[in-house]
Amino acid sequence: MSKIQSFFKSKKGQRALIIVGFSIIPLILLLVFTYYPFLEMIKFSFYNMRYAGARKFVGFKNYITLFNKREIAGSLVLSLYYMVGAVIQISIALYLATILSMKVRMGGLFKGLIFFPFLINGIAIGFIFKFFYTRGFVLDTVLSWIGFNMETLPYWLKDQAINNWSLVYSSFWKYLGQNMVLFIGAIMSVDAALYEAAELDGANKFQQFRYIILPSIKTIVTLNIILSITGSLSAFEAPYVITSGNNGTGTFFVVMNKIAHTDQKVGLASAMAVFLLVVILICTLIQKLLFKYIFRNANTDDESLKAKKAREKEAKAKLKAIKAEQKALKAAKGGN
Amino acid sequence: MQAKTAKIKPSKIVHHYTLSHYIWIIVKYASLLLFSFMAVIPLVSCFVTAFKDDVEYQSTNVMTPPVSWVNFSNFIKAFQTANMGNAFKNSAIILICVLLISTIIGTQLAYVLNRFAFPMNGLIRNLFTFAALLPGIAMQVSVYSIMLHLHLVNSLYGYIIMMCGTDVISIYIYIQFFENLSTSLDESAIIDGASYWTIYWRILLPLLKPAIVTSCILKGAGTYNEYYCAMLYLQDKTKLGTVATSLYTFTGPLGSKYNLICAGVIISFIPALIVFIACQKQIYNGIAAGAVKG
Repeated sequence: MSKIQSFFKSKKGQRALIIVGFSIIPLILLLVFTYYPFLEMIKFSFYNMRYAGARKFVGFKNYITLFNKREIAGSLVLSLYYMVGAVIQISIALYLATILSMKVRMGGLFKGLIFFPFLINGIAIGFIFKFFYTRGFVLDTVLSWIGFNMETLPYWLKDQAINNWSLVYSSFWKYLGQNMVLFIGAIMSVDAALYEAAELDGANKFQQFRYIILPSIKTIVTLNIILSITGSLSAFEAPYVITSGNNGTGTFFVVMNKIAHTDQKVGLASAMAVFLLVVILICTLIQKLLFKYIFRNANTDDESLKAKKAREKEAKAKLKAIKAEQKALKAAKGGN
Repeated sequence: MQAKTAKIKPSKIVHHYTLSHYIWIIVKYASLLLFSFMAVIPLVSCFVTAFKDDVEYQSTNVMTPPVSWVNFSNFIKAFQTANMGNAFKNSAIILICVLLISTIIGTQLAYVLNRFAFPMNGLIRNLFTFAALLPGIAMQVSVYSIMLHLHLVNSLYGYIIMMCGTDVISIYIYIQFFENLSTSLDESAIIDGASYWTIYWRILLPLLKPAIVTSCILKGAGTYNEYYCAMLYLQDKTKLGTVATSLYTFTGPLGSKYNLICAGVIISFIPALIVFIACQKQIYNGIAAGAVKG
């Protein structure tokens, strides 16, 4: 007993105590709400089951259904719309970020106006865009201002030739500002002296963008393009809140959500989730490899780790020196 | 020869430069105006419509300004219909608890991960990074069954516990901030006989304030706007509705009364608007910090 007590009073014991004490709750939360469900999901995907009641092991049957069901295959194709939308969004965000990082009157106001939609909750956005796209309402009125004939305009959310683009636009509307702010942050971290030097050399704005801004933020742009691929595969919010996935707008996750919570085919929904996770992990792996071999200078993580180790070493050395000094002091006192 | 060209060219260059310069200025402001207009128009139409009574709403175009800008009857009616008083109360409770708990456990974890080298350190970091790759909606299929087993469905505290799982972004923000706080602070405190808890609580936490503000605003906006899990786990909408889910009252028979709906929508994002205007800088910093995690 006293041995344990003295351990907790010792430096080493205190250290162990604080490490365990401070990391135990976040770790439990992580395990209970992320990793345990993750494993459960893989298990579920091999069963025919509902949330309650008996479950039956069916092997790979759910995965076979997954590839045979028309609805599911079709929903994956929809992510192409979101991918195109994401690429356009990134280009425009980059363009606006470049403008806003230069000298602009009322730049803060423009930035704020374009960014604010990001802070509106999903269900409100659903209503805003149902309203926006209703026949004869906001979009039709704005288009009639610039000369379109209202009669010839399509039904934005019903017409299957256009409704997925309408949904893509709503997510463009929400996330454009966020992407832009992200790029502004990256551009601002470029040394201002570079722009001044370029200006003196007579470089025009486009050259400045091409030779100074783009190289220094290409890592973050590439990263965002890759993230947009995984993001498009998991597109959910716009079709869920605006059309509930009707009229051929059900993306993979909207269909999965319906299968899981309305039809309660938990096994099949889990198989869908596992399938998409594998795709996302492959994309991420490709991204990591790409960054490792193509953007060598982007490996700042390793660098910072080295720097940190060096710093830790230095700190330890310092601590040792202080301890030695104290010992010497004590010894000196004892001597007196 | 050289002198000649030198004499002619500058004027040409300057002329060319100024022309393209002016074009650039026009293009620049035109694009800013265009995209600001696109961002604002859905919200402006909402604002205009929210001030119209039923007759006016049916008889005028959605973009026609209302007769009276002080007709708040829709706002009052929307607030009552959707039981938004109760929703604001629930959202406030959720927000306070989630921010308080996740700040404490997030900073504690970051402190341990940054200040101590121990065998599991790298593993824990990787576990959190990997977790960020898993799309939340896919995970809810099995999280839901776990929540059922733990009897956490349909209770405010169950939802709060679930939302407290610290996200990678705030842990990254904290770790980055810790890296810039010199370890000599800790060392001198240890020499003075302070315990690790004192170092964390008395010395480092107060210094961490800017990072806490940034990550609380980000997490706060996320929690306030969260609707998917709220609908899934807080099923008793009359008692447990949050601001985001209370808007769902307007589906069904009320689904075409957009003057009422727009008023509800505006009420729901006013708190976000106020926080945005007050803390723009922190919000932008948070977004930029989130980018670093990749």
